[in-house]
Amino acid sequence: MVQIIRNFFIALRQIAIGDKKYYAWLAFLSFFIALGVYSYIGQLNRGLIITAMRDQVSWGFYISNFTFLVGVAAAAVLLVIPAYIYNFKPIKEIVLFGELLAISAITMCILFIMVDMGQPMRVWHILPFIGTMNFPASLLAWDVVVLNGYLAINSIIAFYVLYRLSIGKEYKMSVIGPLIILSIPWAVSIHTVTAFLYNGLSARPFWNASILAPRFLASAFCSGPALMIVLFQIIRKLSEVEIENKAIFKIAELIAYAMAINLFLLGAEVFKEFYSGSIHAEPMKYLYFGLHGQNKLVPWIWFATVLNITAFILFLLPKTRENFTTLNMACVFVIIGVYIEKGMGLITPGFVPDTLGEVYEYTPTTPEILVAIGIWAIGAMLYTLLLKLAVPIYTGRVRFAAGRSEGLQGQEIKH
Amino acid sequence: MDNDEKENKNLTRRTLLKGAALGLAGVALPLDRANASFWESFFQKHFREMNDAEIKKVISRLEKEYAEKYKKAITIGNEKPLPGVLFGYGLDLSRCIGCRRCVYACVDENNQSLDPQIHWITVLRFKKGEKWVSLEESEKYYNPETVPQEDYFYMPVQCQQCENPPCVKSCPTQATWKDPDGIVVIDYNWCIGCRYCMAACPYGARRFNWAAPNRPSEKINPNTHYLGNRPRYKGVVEKCTFCVQRTRSAQGRYPACVEACPVGARKFGNLLDPESEMRYLIKHKRVFRLKEDLNTNPKFYYFFAYGN
Repeated sequence: MVQIIRNFFIALRQIAIGDKKYYAWLAFLSFFIALGVYSYIGQLNRGLIITAMRDQVSWGFYISNFTFLVGVAAAAVLLVIPAYIYNFKPIKEIVLFGELLAISAITMCILFIMVDMGQPMRVWHILPFIGTMNFPASLLAWDVVVLNGYLAINSIIAFYVLYRLSIGKEYKMSVIGPLIILSIPWAVSIHTVTAFLYNGLSARPFWNASILAPRFLASAFCSGPALMIVLFQIIRKLSEVEIENKAIFKIAELIAYAMAINLFLLGAEVFKEFYSGSIHAEPMKYLYFGLHGQNKLVPWIWFATVLNITAFILFLLPKTRENFTTLNMACVFVIIGVYIEKGMGLITPGFVPDTLGEVYEYTPTTPEILVAIGIWAIGAMLYTLLLKLAVPIYTGRVRFAAGRSEGLQGQEIKH
Repeated sequence: MDNDEKENKNLTRRTLLKGAALGLAGVALPLDRANASFWESFFQKHFREMNDAEIKKVISRLEKEYAEKYKKAITIGNEKPLPGVLFGYGLDLSRCIGCRRCVYACVDENNQSLDPQIHWITVLRFKKGEKWVSLEESEKYYNPETVPQEDYFYMPVQCQQCENPPCVKSCPTQATWKDPDGIVVIDYNWCIGCRYCMAACPYGARRFNWAAPNRPSEKINPNTHYLGNRPRYKGVVEKCTFCVQRTRSAQGRYPACVEACPVGARKFGNLLDPESEMRYLIKHKRVFRLKEDLNTNPKFYYFFAYGN
């Protein structure tokens, strides 16, 4: 017991004590969190009317961000597969940071769902046993199960590995091996179920296409790893963690394949809708060309398309893939491109035109955007704190005492 | 009295802990309202999981709350579906003149919010000679001097009370369900406001309370049903219930829209009764249902009584 408390304080100290840059970063994030909380309190008081969502477009920016982040979380699996199954050493060593990213992303997902709810106090109604979860009929119930399960699996793996490392021992594959194997289909499932959430609605022809789930996965395997490439470079610059270029280039290569599939699936969908030209093409017409003079999404989706194609070429050519300037450009392009395509570009056209043919153009309001930024800041802060603890454990700078107290030291790392 | 207070305090403390355990600590708990009524409503069970005594208790609490809020007595009924009844609705497109009296009769009967304005019925207008079954050329917003207009025809749309309702299937909390008389109802105290049902509904029938519903006390219809027209809350979904407070009552009244229609375009009856008007018109008129390709199997029949 004493041991646990002592270790807890070592961990706490590790998180709480940092240099000026660290505090400045936390203060920066806190500012946006405060703005987001302030906006959210306004929303709690006045209702979701402070957003631009209405009966015609009943989901908007919050659900768009949620969808994108499920993809980021799912992408952790992309690192797990080569790391553990094929024992590709350079990536194996950085899987931990991917899993911590998944934990942060899922937390953001859950927050985006919470802020989208009209009655957040009643969230317990959706839980199994305490509430009346509509399982297996409702895909939203499935999503609750898979997202929370994914959060649990990744938390257990990450914290077990960290704990073993912190007491100076190698982690036992016999303990987490099965969980790691389980996490692979589970990661696929969180994104598949989220795709099915939209896919299963016959009322919304834009989503009711069987290509939706494969497209979700393909685009997730672009944006998630791209985000990780950027983060890994930051981690290795700011800490003593060594991340081999080989690992980063391997991930970049995987993104190229994923983007090829993503663009192909997109092309297949665009062909089907426009060539057959039935009225089911209306949402896609709205997205790419505008409908009845409403065309606010049009520049965005073309911007995203250009970014994705450019990034694809940059990832594909070994020369640009293995040059950090072009590689980082490509990563940023993919993150923005997929954020638009899998976010607003996916959610809004599902509702435009609405089921009775009305074209209501949705643009998020300032409070809505502030709440979303607040959640992103919470996610960034969570990831920062997790890394602040994980990195020194990983590099062996911080060690917990195990069993009989031996060599107790809670050193901080230098940036 | 003292005991009661102690009880309440205990309840508050216990429930507070439970609330925190549920991960709600992040949500600002309205501690200033931490009275028994608040927590009773917080822990109210799902409507279909309560027995009659529990429902009675909930209803009397809600009546008290409404009386406080609206300064007048509002009764909340809980009439159950009648055996051997499956409600169906008929709408004669050849008669509808687009006056939208049904829309406002519905608002007054069912206590919809006036600001922001909520309508359960949408009367679509189509230009004659244009394509219309896909609804893409429909108009919702029009305000002519007189109706009907020469070049237009009209199609009212409201909840189609599907036999195979996508909204019920999608609801993650079972807050909406289809009763045996075929009416799809919502427990406004159980809905979490996720709006998945609105994404699932092919008929745009569901409405969300984006803000706190606003309806002056003198305009409140005091005869309500728990699953129907009782005043709603901010952040929950609502919809047409075929005026469950009327149609399930002992007198067996028509829905307000049926009564309000000046041209008799609206029909209502029991689909299981071979002698009913509904069965007659299904048998003898050219009927169709909206978006039949989606297999939702609506109990809302559009028909043409005469050619024009």
